Amino acid sequence: MAHAPQSNFENPVVNWIDQRLPIFTMMNKEYGSFPTPRNFNYFWNFGALAMVVLMTMIVSGIVLAMHYTNNTLLAFDSVERIMRDVNWGWMIRYIHANGASMFFIAVYIHIFRGIYYGSYKAPRELIWIFGVVILLLMMGTAFMGYVLPWGQMSFWGATVITNLFSAIPVVGESIVTLLWGGFSVDNPTLNRFFALHYLLPFVLLAVVVLHVAALHITGSNNPLGIEPKGPQDTLPFHPYYTTKDIFGATIFLIIFAAFVFFAPNYMGHPDNYIPADPLVTPAHIVPEWYFLPFYAILRSITFAISLPFTDVVLVPAKLGGVLAMFGSIAILFVLPWLDSSPVRSARFRPIFKWWVLLCLVPAFFMLGYAGGKPAEQPYVLIGQLGTVMYFAFFLALPIIGRIEKPLPLPASIANPVLGGNAATAK
Amino acid sequence: MRRLRTLIAAGAMTIAGLTSTALAAGDAPLPPAQTWAHGGVNSFLSFFKGYDYASVQRGFQIYKEVCSACHSLHLVSYRNLHDIGFNEAEVKAIAASVEITDGPNDQGEMFTRPGLPSDRFKSPFPNKQAAAAANGGKAPPDLSLIVKARAHHEDYIYALLTGYGEAPAGHELSPGSNYNKYFPGHAIAMAQPLYADGVTFTDGTKATIEQQAHDVTTFLAWAAEPKLEERRRVGLMVMLFLVFFAGIMYAAKRRLWSEVH
Repeated sequence: MAHAPQSNFENPVVNWIDQRLPIFTMMNKEYGSFPTPRNFNYFWNFGALAMVVLMTMIVSGIVLAMHYTNNTLLAFDSVERIMRDVNWGWMIRYIHANGASMFFIAVYIHIFRGIYYGSYKAPRELIWIFGVVILLLMMGTAFMGYVLPWGQMSFWGATVITNLFSAIPVVGESIVTLLWGGFSVDNPTLNRFFALHYLLPFVLLAVVVLHVAALHITGSNNPLGIEPKGPQDTLPFHPYYTTKDIFGATIFLIIFAAFVFFAPNYMGHPDNYIPADPLVTPAHIVPEWYFLPFYAILRSITFAISLPFTDVVLVPAKLGGVLAMFGSIAILFVLPWLDSSPVRSARFRPIFKWWVLLCLVPAFFMLGYAGGKPAEQPYVLIGQLGTVMYFAFFLALPIIGRIEKPLPLPASIANPVLGGNAATAK
Repeated sequence: MRRLRTLIAAGAMTIAGLTSTALAAGDAPLPPAQTWAHGGVNSFLSFFKGYDYASVQRGFQIYKEVCSACHSLHLVSYRNLHDIGFNEAEVKAIAASVEITDGPNDQGEMFTRPGLPSDRFKSPFPNKQAAAAANGGKAPPDLSLIVKARAHHEDYIYALLTGYGEAPAGHELSPGSNYNKYFPGHAIAMAQPLYADGVTFTDGTKATIEQQAHDVTTFLAWAAEPKLEERRRVGLMVMLFLVFFAGIMYAAKRRLWSEVH
């Protein structure tokens, strides 16, 4: 006979449930007494912040879906009906539209944190890979969500981005037809984008569960990048980090609310208040700001790659751009194996630290800047320089790990002062 | 009489302009910043500002007497006019002044009836094709969102409405297009719509071109962002709560962590 596990909750109902399904024991273990490094800085808030935004997006999105009509003739006006006639509709839509931006802000900072403090290194490679999958799902979801209001930028953004797939040799055209559900961006495209825009966030949520589950096996990294050596190095997650996360989330919500209530269209494009018109192309088609760095990489490949000394084109410029853009995400998957240094935190890596701050970070902002400008000089050059810097950052990591002489690591988190017997990195 | 006046206005503004925007390229100058009682639909630092409803009402009169000859406003309902200060009887009267085609009735036939407050603003043309056919091939844009749908928002609309004039020497205009300093390419199909004393305001405000441009832009800003005041009011409450709550959480965090630091 199976034995009921022991539970020691005071509340008899909780106890009864927990003996049959130990969710309370699990919650207590994972979010109550869970040992967490005691030395987190505020960069460690952004995972929780991203979770807060994801929940906000799902709840506001479900309400919007109740009022939205996914038909090319009705979509634009149904969104405006939400803005004008649905109770609190204007607020829910502005929360959802700005929430997408806030999600990317939180996640980009979260990724920066992961890179700077080496959170992707053993034994946390799988957490990192799940994270890159989440980023990809976010991008797909955000892109399709932007199409739904069926404004000019929705339509033309969808046209430009789906057309990228036509650069793939042999099967490209078929893929584009499949994405469109026809021979141009039209009603079938809108219908499938709406279905996928509703589906993907839940797939994303499932990957977040894996991301967090894997994190709770290894435990969190920390600003020193050394493992906790005992109870003196950790604190229970509750109440210490619940309190700190709620404080951080409140500050984040203040910024979020400032956009929603006082500048709700600041991160949008005026053209998306013009209904989609397949016969009128906007002067400049620009994606949402959070895609601009990748858009710039796409446009940086302005040249075809030919077989040397012949006219045989191996990679046309368009395919080159698409490969570079997808490559910029794909390279993140192998980051744990590109970085050859055993030291995690950039605090103890004199070269890597400045390589992140003076190569990767400027590259990201240069690309973002160039992506928002028309495809003309000097913006193309800035974008190309940014592209080179972006990829150079990753490709130089195997060499940096070898030539760099790391600073001595502290003995433990609780005792970060370097003693005479401080362990030095190999 | 109303209909006749509408027809005359429509005729005056219906100038063929098929190729007007495609012909000339070149960037228009930045519209100068104007002062708006509500700060602008996209203005961040206007926490306590709201619409100047006298101006919105005058703007509605200009829309009704001038713009509505060609431009629809199909996202706004007559009942929304309550929000800019018309009372119930006035809203009913304004709505009833138009004939709405409704139906089919239980005989299967379309019929006309006077407008109701629940009706959307009646469009000047029965459909987009008719609007395009009557306007040289391109339908005049709906104005419901025009203030949010153009960069520089109110300032651009105001600049456009006051930016008509003689084309500078050497600037070729195709037939049916008009010179406008602020329109991209400077050749716009819409003829100058506003003239001094083109409308007569009931509140005695002098109807200069600048005054009319200001008022109709304010009206269109309200039409584009009718929840602007509610948004800012709710936003202030939300901010007040969040800042207060952040203070409490900061104190709680400090106190808790003081034991372990």
